[in-house]
Amino acid sequence: MRHVLRRAGFLVALSCCAPWAIAAPAEELSIRIGYLGYRPDIGPVLSNVIPEPDDAGLRGAELAIADSNSTGRFLKHSYALESVTSETAEDLLEQAAKQYADGLRLFVVNAPTATLRQLSDTMPEALLINAGSADDRLRSQNCLANVLHTLPSRSMLADALGQFLAARRWNRWLLIVGTTADDQAYADALRRAAKRFGHQIVAEKPWSFDNDQRRSAQAEMPLFTQATEYDVVLVADERGDFGEYVPYQTWLPRPVAGTQGLTATGWHKTVETYGAAQLQKRFEAHANRWMNDRDFAAWMAVRSLAAAVTRLRSTDAGAIRQLSLSGELPLDGFKGRKLSYRSWNGQLRQPIPLVHPRALVSNSPQEGFLHPTSELDTLGFDAPESTCRLSEVRP
Amino acid sequence: MPRTALATAIALAFSLAAGSAAAATAYVSNEKDDSISVIDLDKMETVETLQVGMRPRGLTLSHDNKLLYICASDSDTVQVMDLATRQIIKQLPSGADPEQFALHPNNKWLYISNEDDALVTVVDVDKEEVLAQIDVGVEPEGMAVSPDGKWAVNTSETTNMLHWIDTSTNELVDNTLVDQRPRHVEFTKDSKLLWASAEIGGTVSVVDVDKREILKTLTFKIKGVHPDKVQPVGIKLSSDGKYAFVALGPANHIAVIDAKTYEVLDYLLVGRRVWHMAFNPDESLLLTTNGVSGDVSVIDVAKLKVTKSIKVGRYPWGVVVTP
Repeated sequence: MRHVLRRAGFLVALSCCAPWAIAAPAEELSIRIGYLGYRPDIGPVLSNVIPEPDDAGLRGAELAIADSNSTGRFLKHSYALESVTSETAEDLLEQAAKQYADGLRLFVVNAPTATLRQLSDTMPEALLINAGSADDRLRSQNCLANVLHTLPSRSMLADALGQFLAARRWNRWLLIVGTTADDQAYADALRRAAKRFGHQIVAEKPWSFDNDQRRSAQAEMPLFTQATEYDVVLVADERGDFGEYVPYQTWLPRPVAGTQGLTATGWHKTVETYGAAQLQKRFEAHANRWMNDRDFAAWMAVRSLAAAVTRLRSTDAGAIRQLSLSGELPLDGFKGRKLSYRSWNGQLRQPIPLVHPRALVSNSPQEGFLHPTSELDTLGFDAPESTCRLSEVRP
Repeated sequence: MPRTALATAIALAFSLAAGSAAAATAYVSNEKDDSISVIDLDKMETVETLQVGMRPRGLTLSHDNKLLYICASDSDTVQVMDLATRQIIKQLPSGADPEQFALHPNNKWLYISNEDDALVTVVDVDKEEVLAQIDVGVEPEGMAVSPDGKWAVNTSETTNMLHWIDTSTNELVDNTLVDQRPRHVEFTKDSKLLWASAEIGGTVSVVDVDKREILKTLTFKIKGVHPDKVQPVGIKLSSDGKYAFVALGPANHIAVIDAKTYEVLDYLLVGRRVWHMAFNPDESLLLTTNGVSGDVSVIDVAKLKVTKSIKVGRYPWGVVVTP
C-alpha cells in the first residue's frame, strides 16, 4: 500500500496544474505529527533580565495544527500534534523512539545539533523538520538525508546582516566573540559574510570577562572597544551573556549589530506586512505572548507538512520529502513571497527581517544582490558552496 | 493623437454618455490615511479627500450607485456613505475586521469577510441587522456574489479554499481547493465561471460554477521580474467577455488575458504593489490602485496602454467608479 501511495504522490508532484480539481472524492486522512523539544540549560548568563519563553517552538507548532485543520476539516484531513518536551537529550530520544514505534513518521524537532543527528539516525524512515538548530554544518557538508530545516542557518542570518551593512557601506567591522561554541560558530558565519560582501574585520576581540556588566559596562566597555577606526561593532553572543551591554558603551560612537543591537532573525514581533499582522494576532491569542523565530520555524514546519499532505493526499514521509525538495511546493510564510526548500540541503529559503527590539529596520536580501535563479539564495549556503545533494539521494 | 486631444475626446464621450455636465467619479480607499480620495475622471485628478473610519479597504456601490459601502477594517465596521451628500449615514454591524465584501443583486444582503474571525457575516443593509454568520477557513478575504444571486463565494488565505455559500439558505455547501493564499474572486456576467487569484501560488484559477471544479489554471511570466514577485490579487472582467485583467501585486504589472482562450496577451506596467481595479462606466478606462507608490494608474482599454497616473492618499487599496 505504501508503495502505491508513494507512486501516486510522485505522479501528483509531477503534474503541474491543480491535480485536486480532478481528484476523486476526499478520502479521510489522519495526520499525526510529533513535536520533539529539548533545549539544554544555557547556564547562568549575565544579562538575564528578560527571560526567553520556555515554550518557544511548541506554541508555533500548535497554532499551525489549528490553521491546517481549517483546510483539513473541508478535506476530511485531521491533523494532531503529539508533543514531547524533555529535560535531557536521553529522555527525548527515548520518547521519540516510543512515538516512532507507535507509527509516527512526521516530526518537528526543536533540539541542538547533536540530538537532531541522533534522532535522524534512529528514525531513518521518518521526515524530521529542524526548527531548533541553526548549525551551518547541517546545511553545507553534513546534511542529514531525512531532515529539512525551517529555522534559518547562522550563515543566512550573517549574510542578511552583511548585505545590509554593505548597502549602508559600513564596511569596517570590530568583531567581539563570546566564549561558547555557538558564539564561535556565529562568528564564523560573520567572517564568511564579511568575505562574501566585501567587508573588513579591522579588529577581533574575544570576550573573556566574567563579571556582571550590568554594574560595570559603562566603565569597562569603552576601553574594551578601543580600536583603530571602525564603522560598526559586530557581536557574537548567542545566549546573551554580555552583548546587551555593548550598544551605547562603545569607544567610538558606532552602531552595534549581530546577536544584539541590529539583529537578523527568522521572525519578530515587528514583522507585520504581507498579512503577517494576522498571523501575529492569531499567535498572540493562542499563546499570550509574542511569536519568536523558533515559534515561526515550528509553525512553518507543520504548515509545510500540511501543504504537502494537501497536495499529495497522503502522509507518506518519503513522498512529502520528495515533493518538498522538488521546488514544486510553494509555501506561504507571510514574508511577501512564496517560500520553498532548497533542493540541495533542505533549507527553507526565506527573506530575513533585520530588527531592533521595537522596530523592523530592513529585510534581506537587499536590492542589488543578484542571483541567477533566486535572490533568496544569496543568503546562506548556495548550491555550489554546499556538498549536499539531498534531492538526488533517497534516505 | 496627442494625449491632451485624447483626454478631451474621452471627456467629451463621457459628458455625452452622461447627458449632463456630471463627470464619472472614482472613489479610492487609502488604507494608511483613513480616507477616501475622490477623482474627477474628466479632470483626471483628485478633487476631494473624505475622512472615513480606520484602515479603509474594500469598497462597493449600491446597485443604484447612490450609496458607497466602505470596509473600515480597524474600526470593525462597514460604513455607508450617501454619495449625494458624501456623509456617512450609518455604520453596519459587520463583525470584526471586515476586509472585502459583496452586495447581492437584491441590493439588500451584504456578504462581508471577517479576516480575524474566520467568518462571513451577512448583513441586511436596510434593517441594519446581521442575518447570518457562516464559518469559513482561516483569514477569509475575497468575496463575490454571482450576478444571478445564487452563490456567495469567499476565499480564505490560510486555508487556501473557495467557500461556496448558497444564498437561499446562507449555508456553506461546498469548497474548492485552489493555490496558496487566494485573494480575490470575480464571477463572469453569466454566472457560469468564477475567476480566483492565488497570491502566493502565483496563479489564477478559472472555476466552473456548476461543478465547482477548476477548468484552467493560469500562470504568469514577465520578462525581468522574478517569478516569486508575481502575486496575483485583484481581477476585473470586461463585460463584453473579451478581457480579464489581473493585478500582479509587487510585480507592478497588470496582466491582460483573452477571457475566451485564457491566453495572456500583454503585461502593462503600472505603479508599485498594485491591488485592485475598476472600470469607468463605458469600460473605456481601467483604474488600478497602487499601494506602495500611492497613486492610481489609468489604462486605456482600447489601446491597452497606461496613459496616466493620479496621485491619491497613502496606500490606496480599493476603487469604485460612479457615472
